[in-house]
Amino acid sequence: MRKVLSGNEAIARGAYEAGVKVVSSYPGTPSSEITDFVKRYGEIYCEWAVNEKVALEVAIGASLAGRRSMTCMKHVGLNVAADPLMTLSYTGVNGGLVILVADDPNMFSSQNEQDSRNYARFAKVPLLEPSDSNEAKEFVKKAFEISEKFCTPVIVRSVTRLSHSMSAVDLGERVEVTSKGLENNIPKWVMVPANGRVRHVFVEERLKELQTYNSESDLVVEEIISNEIGIITSGIPYQYVKEALPEASVLKLGMVWPLPLDKIVDFSKKVKKLYVVEELDPIIETELLAKGLKLKKIKRPLTGELSVDAVKKLFGIKVNKYKTTVKELPNRPPNMCPGCSHRGMFYAISKLKLFAAGDIGCYTLGLLPPLSAINSTVCMGASISMAHGIDRASDGEYAKKSVAVIGDSTFFHTGINGLLNSVYNKGCSTVVILDNRTTGMTGHQPNPGTGITIRGEESPRINFELLCRAFGIKNVVTVDPFDVDECIRVLKEETSKEELSVIITNRPCIFADRTVITNPYFIDADKCTGCTACTRLGCPAITWDKKKKIAMIDESLCTGCGLCPKVCRFNAIFQRGVK
Amino acid sequence: MSFNILMFGVGGQGTVLSSDIVCEVAIESGYDAKKSEIHGMAQRGGSVVSHVRIAKKVYSPVISFGEADIMVSFEYMEFLRYMEYVNSETLLILNTNKIFPPGVLSGKEEYPEKVIKQKLKLFKGVSQIDALKIAQESGNVKVAGMAVVGALAKTLPFEKKVWKNIIESKVPPKTVESNIKAFELGFTL
Ligand code: SF4
Ligand code: SF4
Repeated sequence: MRKVLSGNEAIARGAYEAGVKVVSSYPGTPSSEITDFVKRYGEIYCEWAVNEKVALEVAIGASLAGRRSMTCMKHVGLNVAADPLMTLSYTGVNGGLVILVADDPNMFSSQNEQDSRNYARFAKVPLLEPSDSNEAKEFVKKAFEISEKFCTPVIVRSVTRLSHSMSAVDLGERVEVTSKGLENNIPKWVMVPANGRVRHVFVEERLKELQTYNSESDLVVEEIISNEIGIITSGIPYQYVKEALPEASVLKLGMVWPLPLDKIVDFSKKVKKLYVVEELDPIIETELLAKGLKLKKIKRPLTGELSVDAVKKLFGIKVNKYKTTVKELPNRPPNMCPGCSHRGMFYAISKLKLFAAGDIGCYTLGLLPPLSAINSTVCMGASISMAHGIDRASDGEYAKKSVAVIGDSTFFHTGINGLLNSVYNKGCSTVVILDNRTTGMTGHQPNPGTGITIRGEESPRINFELLCRAFGIKNVVTVDPFDVDECIRVLKEETSKEELSVIITNRPCIFADRTVITNPYFIDADKCTGCTACTRLGCPAITWDKKKKIAMIDESLCTGCGLCPKVCRFNAIFQRGVK
Repeated sequence: MSFNILMFGVGGQGTVLSSDIVCEVAIESGYDAKKSEIHGMAQRGGSVVSHVRIAKKVYSPVISFGEADIMVSFEYMEFLRYMEYVNSETLLILNTNKIFPPGVLSGKEEYPEKVIKQKLKLFKGVSQIDALKIAQESGNVKVAGMAVVGALAKTLPFEKKVWKNIIESKVPPKTVESNIKAFELGFTL
């Protein structure tokens, strides 16, 4: 049967058809939907882990127990999982293990643009790179075969343009893979130095075998069209090359690490001019140059996405001239939703002009005007540790003017470690945990603070207050983020203390709990003085009437959160249906 | 025969679902098709764009500049952001419903009425539809997007039956009737 699937859906389908038993992941755009799709298949145990390192370790355990397992993450997530990955390369697997990593060239929704292919080289493991949905599904299946055949984890790399694109896929049946049983093999699975030394030799041997395998496998496809130009490419860039240069011969690599050198040398002899077209880092190119292959140089940018036009330009082909562009249009920037529970706290933080060490999540959008309440964002979990660093660098002076803000999911991800560090090292920062009971940014996946699992089954809900107290933190306060005055009061009080404080907010994301949506508010035009106190909240439902110079509420957007009436000093904002 | 269709609008308008439908209809009708979408970080209110490419064989999932055959704007001003995809043969299907961007709402920027009128002239053809009105007639304000899909369907050579089947399979069961009605009204416009 043929079906139109997104790259992410196809990857999930591939895992299903490959007989995968366990999938543990942490959400991250553009990879998040894969695991959400996996949950449709009852045959697979799936879960949201607290972070990518944990997710990979769960997958390793499942593999050790003899089952096929997979973990999905975005590129920056692989940094978090890098620690187990490096040693997993040594132990190898029992049941097949696939790490799906989705890169984001052009950074549509990421803090950097790193090229995960570097990790394959670093960890000395194979990496496959599909170029459309059908291949995504097939390559996932192939990856499991390779994993078991060569006793290695296999990385399958996607990119935004694959994960979030759709094309036709031929569906197959699931093969039930029986368990290989728990592998009890100490020299293989206990990586003390003596065993590690032996395994390192195995890893190097394995890489050589994989190289030969790659050259002989159907993962590398040679398309000879003419002998003038030959292009070595892989993944999504393959599609651009085919369209931009229909006359060129192409060597399409399915496995980009280790490279199929024999096949490449073969191909190079069939064409007069040899090029490499790849996105981001020059991984293939550098390797081939080092091996002494004569490549034609092209001036390729090391940043951003390629495209058909970009490839045409590289080869000096004229691109379609377009007529016109319109500059300076009113922007539609992303914004925290109307009724977002973060807004009140950010309003308070910006009112007090606190320096906010931020983190990764919806609340990063607090950086946007008019709130402009975030001063740094580095990686998941960095807010708390960075705030501690800031305090220490200033002998506690900055602690009085700064806070760390972190969401619930990010706190569980790696913020918890930072907090532990601050406790232990007698930190004096103020940490605001914005608990909205979900992972908002990536599509509202549940986490240990939500009280349900990926499939909606009830599970224990971690209580932040008790947790922080168990850490030994004395100053733990819970506030209603919609109560701006209270937020300001608590922030002032806690930042002035020369001790560690944690402030926890207690309102759900409007997507985590739709029952919080109530009657909309409206602004009494006669009472509104046009002071702009409410428009400075940045709620998308609050609009400004330029002619009358008063604020209005778009009632179709307002969720009735009740935040704006609290900042209106003229009592001009009322709720429908309430007298 | 090949079509490059660029569809865009504001988050929440159903742009992504609509482009899924177009892609599936094309494949169901025996063509190769690919779709690629970028949704900003916005949960709500940000710009959304989908590229749909239909041909015998499609490689890149992204349309090149100057190569859109049909542009579908789910909001009145959004097409201005994508003028670099236009050529002298491009058709525009334009929902006349306006959603004001934050800068306009806060009174800092103007809604670009004049520029819209000016740029509309660059298209080979423009069909304007008031999707919200159609949606109201269909009994559900949330199906406005499907009226736009109806207007698009009229310009494509695929059977109406296929469209309806795919729509039925993609929208929530409770809304099938109103969605089909909006599609029909958009189609017969
Ligand atoms: S999705 Fe939830 S957390 Fe994210 S901006 Fe919207 S309301 Fe806030
Ligand atoms: S009550 Fe005010 S702040 Fe809350 S959603 Fe409505 S307009 Fe926005």
